[in-house]
Amino acid sequence: MLELKVNGATHQVDVAEDTPLLWVLRDHLQLTGTKYGCGESLCGACVVHLDGQPSRACTTPAVAATGREITTIEGLSEKGDHPVQKAWIELDAPQCGYCQSGQIMSAVALLNRNPKPTDADIDNAMNGVICRCGAYNRIRAAIHRAAESMEG
Amino acid sequence: MDQPINPSRRSFLKGSAVLAGGLIIGFHIPEKTRAADAAGSEQTFAPNAFLRIAPDDRITVIVKHAEMGQGVATSLPMLVAEDLEADWQKIGFEFSPVDPAYNHTVFGIMLTGGSTSIANSYEQMRKAGATARVMLTEAAADTWGVDASECSAREGRVHHGDNSLSFGELADKAAQLPPPAEVALKPKAEWRILGKPLTRLDTPAKTNGSSTFGADIYLEGMLTAVVARPPLFGGRVKSFDPAGAQRVEGVVKVAEVPNGVAVIAKDFWAAQKGRKALQVEWQAGPESDISSSGLEKLFREKAQESGNLAKKAGDVEQALKTAAKSVEAEYLVPYLAHAPMEPLNCVVKLDEQGCEIWTGTQSQTLDRKAAAEVAGLAPEQVQIHTQMLGGGFGRRASKTNDFVREAVAVAKALGDGTPVKTFWDRTDDIRGGYYRPMYLHKVHIGVDDKGQPSAWHHRVVGQQLMKGGPFEDAMIQDGVDATSVEGITDLPYAPANFQVEDQPVELPVTTLWWRSVGHSHTAFVTETMADEMAALAGKDPADYRRDAFQDHPRHLGVMQQVLKDAGWGKPLEQKGGVRRGRGLAVHKSFESYCAEVAEVSVQADGSFRVDQVYCAIDCGKIVNPDTIRAQMESAIAYGLAPVLKSRLTLQNGRVQESNFHDYEVLRMQEMPAVAVSIIDSDEKATGVGEPGLPPLAPAVCNALYAATGKRVRTLPVDSGRLAS
Repeated sequence: MLELKVNGATHQVDVAEDTPLLWVLRDHLQLTGTKYGCGESLCGACVVHLDGQPSRACTTPAVAATGREITTIEGLSEKGDHPVQKAWIELDAPQCGYCQSGQIMSAVALLNRNPKPTDADIDNAMNGVICRCGAYNRIRAAIHRAAESMEG
Repeated sequence: MDQPINPSRRSFLKGSAVLAGGLIIGFHIPEKTRAADAAGSEQTFAPNAFLRIAPDDRITVIVKHAEMGQGVATSLPMLVAEDLEADWQKIGFEFSPVDPAYNHTVFGIMLTGGSTSIANSYEQMRKAGATARVMLTEAAADTWGVDASECSAREGRVHHGDNSLSFGELADKAAQLPPPAEVALKPKAEWRILGKPLTRLDTPAKTNGSSTFGADIYLEGMLTAVVARPPLFGGRVKSFDPAGAQRVEGVVKVAEVPNGVAVIAKDFWAAQKGRKALQVEWQAGPESDISSSGLEKLFREKAQESGNLAKKAGDVEQALKTAAKSVEAEYLVPYLAHAPMEPLNCVVKLDEQGCEIWTGTQSQTLDRKAAAEVAGLAPEQVQIHTQMLGGGFGRRASKTNDFVREAVAVAKALGDGTPVKTFWDRTDDIRGGYYRPMYLHKVHIGVDDKGQPSAWHHRVVGQQLMKGGPFEDAMIQDGVDATSVEGITDLPYAPANFQVEDQPVELPVTTLWWRSVGHSHTAFVTETMADEMAALAGKDPADYRRDAFQDHPRHLGVMQQVLKDAGWGKPLEQKGGVRRGRGLAVHKSFESYCAEVAEVSVQADGSFRVDQVYCAIDCGKIVNPDTIRAQMESAIAYGLAPVLKSRLTLQNGRVQESNFHDYEVLRMQEMPAVAVSIIDSDEKATGVGEPGLPPLAPAVCNALYAATGKRVRTLPVDSGRLAS
């Protein structure tokens, strides 16, 4: 039995010890906003925050997340109105949308450590998060937009 | 119906539960479509609803096409809302059930593909809105005892003098009225919604984790299955030992299914671990030792023989003999996987009540028919709940319905009515077949002694992807698969002596349409060869095309626009130590016209970057310009990946690539700046999901030639060849 604190709530889950955090979130807690894309930390669709740091849930054993604050897309803001989410909506960044939780969680982590990123900063930070729809230019623009609104 | 327990699910899963009260507007399908459907043994009875207006003014548009990022769940509601005179803020959507009422008006089945969603729905959706508006207006007129012609509908209300009633208030009364036989559509001058860059309706849910994809369906007691599939194309199970898998905690059942061995478990992790512990001996099929290098050799030999004639004008052989100058070229493109971000998955609940399916599919009618076959049911005993698609690109319109068929077989093998989700991991996706085929093109062009283009001989060698699918008979005629040569046979530059041949190769590798289908490789060849023809004729690539486009005004229109946007002819800004170049390509596909100019920077070692792409698109009437822009950006990104790096390699019959580390796709650092111009047009509205892709590869390769003087004829580009 593992105890996990997700989005402020504590959960007891009965899973095999080696179960990745991703599958605990999805299969056991039905927090389905965090996505599976590759299972090998190659695509970033599963990015969540562990104590505020971006982490790949698909290769993070759930055991390693015990005692830490886990934040998923569902817990990023109460009403879906985090400045990054608002910027995403204003610029209509998503297409199919499947990768966007990982994109947004990665973008939030970037802005938390670098409130005024350059294009190059964004490209470096976001290069590991794949979008097959190719919404990259809108994602970059939305990060700049969010940075402006967070500054103001 | 079972309700998913996923707390983030959207209300559209509730289906008919929200139908009570309000106005439902439906249409009977045309006889032709109905007849086509009868052949597929579909029932014609249906609620036939595209539109629902609730007493609280909420309007729900029922979307008959799959939303895979292309924006259809916003653009179809826009078409309805315009002629309904709706208040856009009140508009929502849900996906339709499988029913002939929601058939594609041309294909006669429910299908999303070929960039046809707008084209086939444009009139239908606008009339759906207009019909409702007429009925609501009549209901208001009747309430006030005035003539309907004195009333007007605007932004969700009907007005007459000082009187005003909302659509919701009028809904029940309107529902009692007979629908009008004919309705007039609003003239363009009065449009308030069409042509406006409205925010997508599905965006908020896609930013907070609540959008429900097939992968996100969780039913009470649901199990998860993964399937061990043959590593060799055409292979099958010879024997298997389930013991290792059965010892894995959480594994519930190990069962053979027609396509392999399914490991069914309490969750995905247990199922995947179980599969790793499973021992399977595979029986190889014929030609199981194929390799990419062997196929290259085979294709090259095949290219020496005449293929099946797709087009013939004049005497190409003679013209080439007498040509003053000529170029003979061989092109090669590899197998490609679609690799949508959401791997395939399908939830099935098969019990005595029938079969219910939750999945993201582009092909509901045929999937339903296939599911019924596997389950031993009639199609009407199968219901498909279409979910959001985490990317499709063609893969979710399976020509054999493979992923739905397999998931139903898994549920059948489980046999106890428990819902089960069959889930593909990324390696299953990359190695699972259904690829854009590998092709070799052999092209021979020439100019006469006056420097005029005189001959173009074009032979395409490769698998016919329509083979083994529902459109085989329609699309393969006289030995020619129309998709193998599309974009070549209607070449706008065709000289008087012009010949196109399809040289088919039969292989066990499963193939499928991939974003832009045949155009994904034919435009690469035709538009780079057009530049070579221009060179033979001693002309600038744009001047050569301008001459050729005299009878092709829409080709000319997009080209002139993109040349202007790109500043064609002006010198490119030089950067220290890099060679720069600009390339042009113009291509018509899916009834839309697209021109692109790419700008590249090439390093001394040949590595290069696509800095900027200018794109001009003419897709007829504009529904949502921001969606059109987004689709051009998307097609450019999707099309750039195989130019830079995506490719599948076969060795000893096995696909070598397995995940995004070796099947590489475009990442943010490689994304060029993109500038899109949309031609203002009153032509029929046509597709935008695919037409932006075909010109990308040739525009980039023409730019690489301009920068390096080296022609690129193989994708992905071997950058070492471009070293200075």
